[in-house]
Amino acid sequence: MSLIHEIDFGTPASRAEKMVTLTIDGNEITVPEGTSIMRASMEAGIKVPKLCATDMVDAFGSCRLCLVEIEGRNGTPASCTTPVAPGITVHTQTNRLKDIRKGVMELYISDHPLDCLTCAANGDCELQDMAGAVGLRDVRYGYEGDNHVKARNNGDINAQWMPKDESNPYFTYDPSKCIVCSRCVRACEEVQGTFALTIEGRGFGSRVSPGMHENFLESECVSCGACVQACPTATLTEKSVIEIGQPEHSVVTTCAYCGVGCSFKAEMRGEELVRMVPWKDGQANRGHSCVKGRFAYGYSTHKERILNPMIREKITDPWREVSWEEAFAHTASEFRRIQYQYGRESIGGITSSRCTNEETYLVQKLIRAGFGNNNVDTCARVCHSPTGYGLGATFGTSAGTQNFDSVEHTDVVIIIGANPTDGHPVFASRLKKRLRQGAKLIVVDPRRTDMVSSPHIKASHHLPLKPGTNVAVMTALAHVIVTEGLADEQFIRERCDWSEFEDWAAFVSQPEHSPEAIEAFSGVPAEEIRGAARLFATGGNGAIYYGLGVTEHSQGSTTVIAIANLAMVTGNIGRPGVGVNPLRGQNNVQGACDMGSFPHELPGYRHVSDDATRETFEKLWGVTISNEPGLRIPNMLDAAVDGSFKGIYIQGEDILQSDPDTKHVQAGLAAMECVVVQDLFLNETANYAHVFLPGSTFLEKDGTFTNAERRINRVRRVMTPRNGLADWEVTQKLAQTMGLNWNYTHPSQIMDEIAATTPSFAMVSYDYLEKMGSVQWPCNEKAPLGSPIMHIDGFVRGKGKFIRTEYVATDEKTGPRFPLLLTTGRVLSQYNVGAQTRRTDNVVWHEEDRLEIHPHDAEVRGVRDGDWVRLSSRSGDTTLRALITDRVATGVVYTTFHHPTTQANVITTDFSDWATNCPEYKVTAVQISPSNGPSQWQVEYEEQARHSRRIAGKMEAAE
Amino acid sequence: MAPAEIVAQVTDSGLRGRGGAGFPTGIKWKTVLDTAGDRKYIVCNADEGDSGTFADRMIMEGDPFVLIEGMVIAGIATGARKGFVYLRSEYPHAIATMTEAVEIARKAGILGVSVLGSAHAFDMEIRTGAGAYVCGEETALLNSLEGKRGIVRAKPPLPAHKGLFNCPTVINNVISLASVPVIMDRGAAFYKDFGMGRSRGTIPIQIAGNVKHGGLYETAFGLTLGEIIDTIGGGTATGRPVKAVQVGGPLGAYFPRALFDTPFDYEAFAAKDGLIGHAGIVVFDDTADMLKQARFAMEFCAIESCGKCTPCRIGSTRGVETADKIAMGIEPEKNKALLTDLCNTMKFGSLCALGGFTPYPVMSAMNHFPDDFRPTPLVEAAE
Repeated sequence: MSLIHEIDFGTPASRAEKMVTLTIDGNEITVPEGTSIMRASMEAGIKVPKLCATDMVDAFGSCRLCLVEIEGRNGTPASCTTPVAPGITVHTQTNRLKDIRKGVMELYISDHPLDCLTCAANGDCELQDMAGAVGLRDVRYGYEGDNHVKARNNGDINAQWMPKDESNPYFTYDPSKCIVCSRCVRACEEVQGTFALTIEGRGFGSRVSPGMHENFLESECVSCGACVQACPTATLTEKSVIEIGQPEHSVVTTCAYCGVGCSFKAEMRGEELVRMVPWKDGQANRGHSCVKGRFAYGYSTHKERILNPMIREKITDPWREVSWEEAFAHTASEFRRIQYQYGRESIGGITSSRCTNEETYLVQKLIRAGFGNNNVDTCARVCHSPTGYGLGATFGTSAGTQNFDSVEHTDVVIIIGANPTDGHPVFASRLKKRLRQGAKLIVVDPRRTDMVSSPHIKASHHLPLKPGTNVAVMTALAHVIVTEGLADEQFIRERCDWSEFEDWAAFVSQPEHSPEAIEAFSGVPAEEIRGAARLFATGGNGAIYYGLGVTEHSQGSTTVIAIANLAMVTGNIGRPGVGVNPLRGQNNVQGACDMGSFPHELPGYRHVSDDATRETFEKLWGVTISNEPGLRIPNMLDAAVDGSFKGIYIQGEDILQSDPDTKHVQAGLAAMECVVVQDLFLNETANYAHVFLPGSTFLEKDGTFTNAERRINRVRRVMTPRNGLADWEVTQKLAQTMGLNWNYTHPSQIMDEIAATTPSFAMVSYDYLEKMGSVQWPCNEKAPLGSPIMHIDGFVRGKGKFIRTEYVATDEKTGPRFPLLLTTGRVLSQYNVGAQTRRTDNVVWHEEDRLEIHPHDAEVRGVRDGDWVRLSSRSGDTTLRALITDRVATGVVYTTFHHPTTQANVITTDFSDWATNCPEYKVTAVQISPSNGPSQWQVEYEEQARHSRRIAGKMEAAE
Repeated sequence: MAPAEIVAQVTDSGLRGRGGAGFPTGIKWKTVLDTAGDRKYIVCNADEGDSGTFADRMIMEGDPFVLIEGMVIAGIATGARKGFVYLRSEYPHAIATMTEAVEIARKAGILGVSVLGSAHAFDMEIRTGAGAYVCGEETALLNSLEGKRGIVRAKPPLPAHKGLFNCPTVINNVISLASVPVIMDRGAAFYKDFGMGRSRGTIPIQIAGNVKHGGLYETAFGLTLGEIIDTIGGGTATGRPVKAVQVGGPLGAYFPRALFDTPFDYEAFAAKDGLIGHAGIVVFDDTADMLKQARFAMEFCAIESCGKCTPCRIGSTRGVETADKIAMGIEPEKNKALLTDLCNTMKFGSLCALGGFTPYPVMSAMNHFPDDFRPTPLVEAAE
């Protein structure tokens, strides 16, 4: 094991197909046209000295170290900004160049501290490297002149000196070490797309400045860390590096936050994680990251993490720490007792979208083979189950059609019900880069998200629809395309069922589906819909990206179908730059679905009623599998309340906080006799648990995650599980205790079993992933390299299927008692229920959930910014503080659900998607009124939670 | 006339960029003409910041229409439909005159969707700079015009390929563009008939500083520096002997009387380590301290540096400090060698002409007037 040093080619790769041959220092080299001389040199193994160039950003030409001489040309051009030309002869080292470089380095060092030995970048400093490379031996200017280094010059205050900015919790900015290479500024602009940084002043006074001379925390900085990664000195440095020192080895692994699935190098010193650095070869993120993936890993060592198994008789008892053996024996005997007493169907389990594919596979295998039923479900139930249904019905696969690289080829993008700058930040950065290159954007969202308007980004159309009217708006877009003759008839005739299309076209053409007809209840001006439809149909490669704002509705599946229809009618399927792309919420929600986590599907989306599939598993597992679908999460809870469902094994999901209608979840859990929770922390669900099995973090285990683009990425163990066992081992030991003969010694063997049983994974193995880096399923004999883009020559199901999408308004309607519509979402710094991010320094950005309300709605209720307000629906009420903003339209309020004290799901109702039961989180009729503090319910809940988290023999942390 | 014919005329005239670089105008136009682009621009550099220069101002205040005409012709010749004049804020009268002239031209149909009833569209705007000398550098000017910080861009790409808003752009000095109408009117041969060597046509020489007859004299290339200073300028205003003249603005070399036989010609000046620049000449009498002038060049660069490239950003400040050390008699020989090395780094390492030409006044002062760089006796320094 050693530290992975990625080659920095200095400038980005050229995409030209034409090749150019030139000679550099006597080496003949052939590179694509448009490649810089610097990059070409690096390809030949010649490192031209450089400081301002790095291959994540475009060439800038400011440091003047990389100068070269070209025979027959005047002067000393910079190799970073000068492209190759056929037949030229380049010299990277001549006496003239040596003099200039030494002169430049002498200037740099004349304004730089000489504290190399105690500097955080010691061992990882490009300035130091370059001083060595050019042979700098003396700084003849001395160090008494004008400088940014010393707070005082000869006793006088040095106005050029600036103190260190330590405001950001994760990194520091030390202006005294800055060489003004602008790499940070350019990374912020080009890689992240936030434009938070600039150079202030000019000449010798030039300094990097967040915003208008603000500190980092107060500026627009989103703390993605691209600037820190780009910095060649210790000017921008991770606080962890300052504290620990330089790492000594690194391991490539996959982020465990959102569905983008960024690849990182976990840079280690021993078993201590020094920092996470995005991996440039990561095919989802291409070397970029967000604040969560790069910095928010502190939860793994948080003091509240539970490291020992615990059991208790009643949920009112304090927890009792026990050995693993006792925990497994107790759980196994309880589950067997319950099944003996209440029947085989009386227990079930929930797989985790946060765990690996292998772990998820084992949990569903335990339920199917050990529990002997199909009572398995997963959190995708409450997020993307409509995606599976809708895309399965129209295209034939339950997944996105593209890879993330596809966005580089898109011309018009529709974003529906997604807020990528917060929920999928790295994808948002890649999209914004494409938008800055000229692609057009249409945003369909009740809120004015950052994608609608932010620095250098402006949506061509924003359709601010009323929550719940997605289907009407999507059908109206189709209406315009069909009635204005903008449909791609050739594509439809070749790829889709023509008679189904005709039926659908007749349906959408009906006048009641016109933009004008739906304007009154959707709230979207008809002209905006018409404009958006024309742009999407005629603007070139059209891609649709969507999120939970589409799926979490009573017509979630219908909207997914409408999206698929829109892609088909415009011919936007089957090539780079187009497609239908669900932005999946969790790191492995795609994988959890793939692994047979649903009660009706075995791995690979094969229905349990399919005899051949069942037989495959029955033979391998030596059991009989029920051909009847099992219970979904809401059904399990209903059955629990009814008294027929008594035990549950929940791995890595906090259903009490994340599932709708909290009180119903509470009642269901309270009615069970054995609730087993496997998690890192005593989460909200654990308040109702009888057995707690400590979980392991993604840093502590081997496995794979499958991201939103179906990419199977390796997760690699970088440290020993602090709880003693990786999650897959916990499930295996529980299975063994229940009498199952499992003998996996490594997760790779689980993947081998998945590959052997699941055709879309047929060629996947750890060895193959090692070789390929990652692959996108299907990966089998037909697609040995995986499938970056699906439906290339035809749809998986055969002919693309157009399905009518009749708009049926939700039963959740506003009225005199509840006149406002509540919709929910996320912020950048926090992740879902916040179990992890709330236990990191990310709380400095978002310490509580706020209710966003339009100034008009606030005014008539007497609510001022920051006031406590009571938020009530027909399900319940809660209190939180108001944030007055015109990001939301009148009549709409918005909040996040990151904090358990807010309990936003006390408010949400039990309405759900007609096809998949996905809850209607995004529409709840509510009323807002001023309040003077937490609701009675919140007070009681807080007390009950505190009570239920007691551990025998341990002091309560808070007291 | 077809665009290519206009470009050919301008090329044949031998007109070279009057902003200072002396690049053949016709070749620049041909590059823009030959570069495909939905939008192209004509940008007039009227950020006349060189010390002792005022030719651009006099044209704009005195005959604004000749510049407008030149820009329209440039637009027709290259396929650009939009022009900008980037005019320094220190020229309020020129701004007012140009603004009014553009309005008049628009009303007269010279500017607009159909130039004089033709199929060509061309319109233009007057934009005001914010006082930065470096924004007279063409790429910094383009950044400023785009509303960005006025920092220099690396070339390539050339503005002719990717200029204003990344579109093919002709960027020319006021005098270059104002010279075009006469070339079109009287023909390339007429214009080319003036001048010497590869410096064709006329040049408006601006004589300033300590000179008896200051002012602007338009004449053909080829007069010697001595003729210009002594015959036209009449020597110094103080009546004392001329010690040095700085030709080409604050970044031009100081020429001693020994070089007064140099003809006013781009190549001849370059051969003597000097430059014509924008043809501004500042005269100094024998009381001038050339070490102070060398220091001033570094100080000017330090104040006006955009801060992008290292040699200029740090080097200019270190140059001032090193000149001060020489003046104070601190290790003078070592520091003169250091100043020489610094000038080498700046000349060949800088990104643009600001840092790259600052060594001209410094090195010419040091080379031609070594006596001024002798250490001051320590007794005086101690006072």
